[in-house]
Amino acid sequence: MNAFTGTGKLIRLVLRRDRVLLPLWIVFVCLVPVVFVGAFTGAYPTAEARQEYYETSVHTRAFTVAYGVLNGPGLGELVAWRSGFVTFMVALFALLTVIRHTRTEEEAGRRELVGATAVSRHADLAAALIVTCGASLVLGLASALALIGQDLPVAGSLALGLGFATAGCVFAAIGAVTAQLTTGAGGARAIGITVLGVAIALRGIGDIAAQSGDGPAWVSWLTPLGWAEALRPYSGERWWGLALAAPAVAALIVAAVALAERRDLGGGLFQARLGPSGAAPRLRSPLALAWRLHRGPLVSRIVGLAVVGLVCGAMSASLGAVMNNSGTAAREALARLGGPGTLVDQFLAPLMTMLGLVCACFAIQAALLLRNEERDGRAEPLLATPVNRLRWAGGHVAFTLLGPAVGLVAFGASAGLAHGLNTGDVARELPRLLSAALVQLPVVWVFTGVALALFGLRPRLVAATFAVAMASMLSGWIGQELRLSQWIVNLSLFEHVPKLAGHMAVTPLIVMTVVATGLITIGLAAFKRRDI
Amino acid sequence: MTDAITMAGLVKSFGPTQALNGLDLVVRTGEVHGFLGPNGAGKSTTIRILLGMMRPDAGTARLLGGDPWTQTGELHRRLAYVPGDVTLWPNLSGGEAIDLLGRLRGGLDRRRRDELIERFDLDPRRKGRTYSKGNRQKVALVAALASGAELLILDEPTSGLDPLMEEIFRQTVQEVQRAGDRTVLLSSHILSEVEALCDRVTIIRDGRTVESGTMAELRHLTRTSIEAELAGPPDGLADLAGVHGLRADGGRVRFSVEAAALDAALRRLTEAGVRSLVSRPPTLEELFLRHYDRAGVTGRHAETAR
Repeated sequence: MNAFTGTGKLIRLVLRRDRVLLPLWIVFVCLVPVVFVGAFTGAYPTAEARQEYYETSVHTRAFTVAYGVLNGPGLGELVAWRSGFVTFMVALFALLTVIRHTRTEEEAGRRELVGATAVSRHADLAAALIVTCGASLVLGLASALALIGQDLPVAGSLALGLGFATAGCVFAAIGAVTAQLTTGAGGARAIGITVLGVAIALRGIGDIAAQSGDGPAWVSWLTPLGWAEALRPYSGERWWGLALAAPAVAALIVAAVALAERRDLGGGLFQARLGPSGAAPRLRSPLALAWRLHRGPLVSRIVGLAVVGLVCGAMSASLGAVMNNSGTAAREALARLGGPGTLVDQFLAPLMTMLGLVCACFAIQAALLLRNEERDGRAEPLLATPVNRLRWAGGHVAFTLLGPAVGLVAFGASAGLAHGLNTGDVARELPRLLSAALVQLPVVWVFTGVALALFGLRPRLVAATFAVAMASMLSGWIGQELRLSQWIVNLSLFEHVPKLAGHMAVTPLIVMTVVATGLITIGLAAFKRRDI
Repeated sequence: MTDAITMAGLVKSFGPTQALNGLDLVVRTGEVHGFLGPNGAGKSTTIRILLGMMRPDAGTARLLGGDPWTQTGELHRRLAYVPGDVTLWPNLSGGEAIDLLGRLRGGLDRRRRDELIERFDLDPRRKGRTYSKGNRQKVALVAALASGAELLILDEPTSGLDPLMEEIFRQTVQEVQRAGDRTVLLSSHILSEVEALCDRVTIIRDGRTVESGTMAELRHLTRTSIEAELAGPPDGLADLAGVHGLRADGGRVRFSVEAAALDAALRRLTEAGVRSLVSRPPTLEELFLRHYDRAGVTGRHAETAR
């Protein structure tokens, strides 16, 4: 029995369990750059049009943060740049997949079952890594082939695909490390996502510096996402970016194995502490229990949003000054995304849309917690008490509605405060940005409504709400950016929210709130009637 | 005497699988009722219907004189439930979970809670995710037993408990039984437990009731095994209805015999001249094995139940 006995069988198990998810994921990632090829050739058919687009976009910092460095006006360069966010998504997916097949399994007790058979100690970790890294490579090569099929240069297509694969492999290895740290999968995910967030932020800072030729451009080298970008697809490929990733993956895996070697089954680096022997007097209602279950993630999200809000608010004034020099073309590009108003507002407006999406994800996560309470059998003993279903679900519903609201306030208030302090007019900026954040609330609630309606009608599908929210935002952004038909843009709920500097259109907000209320009512009514 | 639970003709299917197929269950007030059946027979589905978590496709269910689906809240005030597979909140300590469940039920007896924690040797400060299966089971048991509920619904409550803890569970149920004011529905696979605790039992298989009655009645349905050494050949024994598995080896005979044919069979033996005789009373094990064994003839078992 060597260190990898049983790995092959476990790989088959992982593949069997993800047989739907993995192919869907790979196809989705392959399609994104191909869609951009079509969209760019459609909206900007000539080299001159693309040159103009390049000039408008290259100095727009919001773009640089979202997509990365834009290297040139060629079709390939534009497509590669625009697909920059795919890199984040591949990284996130890889991270979550590895944790799901290691720590989640261990927490659920299934690893014990499997580990008692003739498999070696690290076989599960090896299997999860091999599948995830393998899938990352497959999706990288497949998207390269898809782009080559679109008559893009071979080398550049390979570099772009391998960039995706690099992000996937490195974050798979990061997931392997974080899975060793905590006893719960939730904690491992939180650490991993924090690492990804820091990596995205560092890459953004480094890229802004690189693009403006001023500042700490070397910061990009600190992050795996920067290595993927360093391959410079379609723009004089630099293959040595790969040389950075390979040793990093190896080192992370060695670290993960070393950590796994030092701990017991079910244990982590951070051990669970003892709790109180009796419940505090407050813990006496479904709402109190829901607070207990939601408060940890809620508090960390609110703190996170407040910090990001402070940074963005502080950045926006200086950003406006830089962009004033960047010419009318850049302003036009921003106006498409951010609507009319000052340059600063045009920077802040898409940020608010992004904030809306993030808070919608928090709301969906909270709804998912409700669903998991039922799925894992923790609802059953509660519902065997006089607590009725609506009271039980209501405690969680309160957090799916109020949690994101508090998050929006935290972001809007801190961004407004920082921006106001910068411009010396807190009295104006604080309420302005606060209300710009709060108008996202009806959108967030519609997605809460979708999640809760699914909870009542098709509880297995609650998680699909993430895809709905993501698609909603992308249809607006991509549709507008690439001048697709208006109906595609209108599909996005985020487009119906008043822009920062625009006039306050209240009707869509009321409509969305009514829709959300309707969806929640449907969900709860269905939940009341269905089997647990 | 009123009945705490009456269920008749329950049918419930999940897609293509038929979980319940005409199940009947009657639990009288004040008794400890054993609820038995092989894995997947429909015990947990029955209990979920009782708790108002599922609605049957057909049939009637009455719980404590009410409708378990529409009067859920008021009925739940009067019962306590221990699930077969207890999952706890990972970040709540066992003590917190016990208190929470007790309070949601409308208060729990503090002294009884502490006494039960002591007796079950439970550390209430550990977090839910760090408990073993047995300890999670203890948390749910303490929460249920510390309540003053008049009906206890226990779904395989001792699975995962060590023999010492099983004994303590038995004692606590016997205390409940002696007090006489509470009803217990006990789903279990542990025959000695059922034998020691239950006044009446219901056995189900494939979603239908195959046997129901007091322990004495059920024993009556089983066969006694006889081993005898005879002076002469056992004439006519083989033809006797109710004699099964007869094996004769020289003067020795072995067979099992149904209660109804016991008298006639013994008469044949004495006619042949008995030199030695060993008879073993029917054990519950045999009864259960007969019902649990899927290879058995379903039709005949269903008949004996009626």
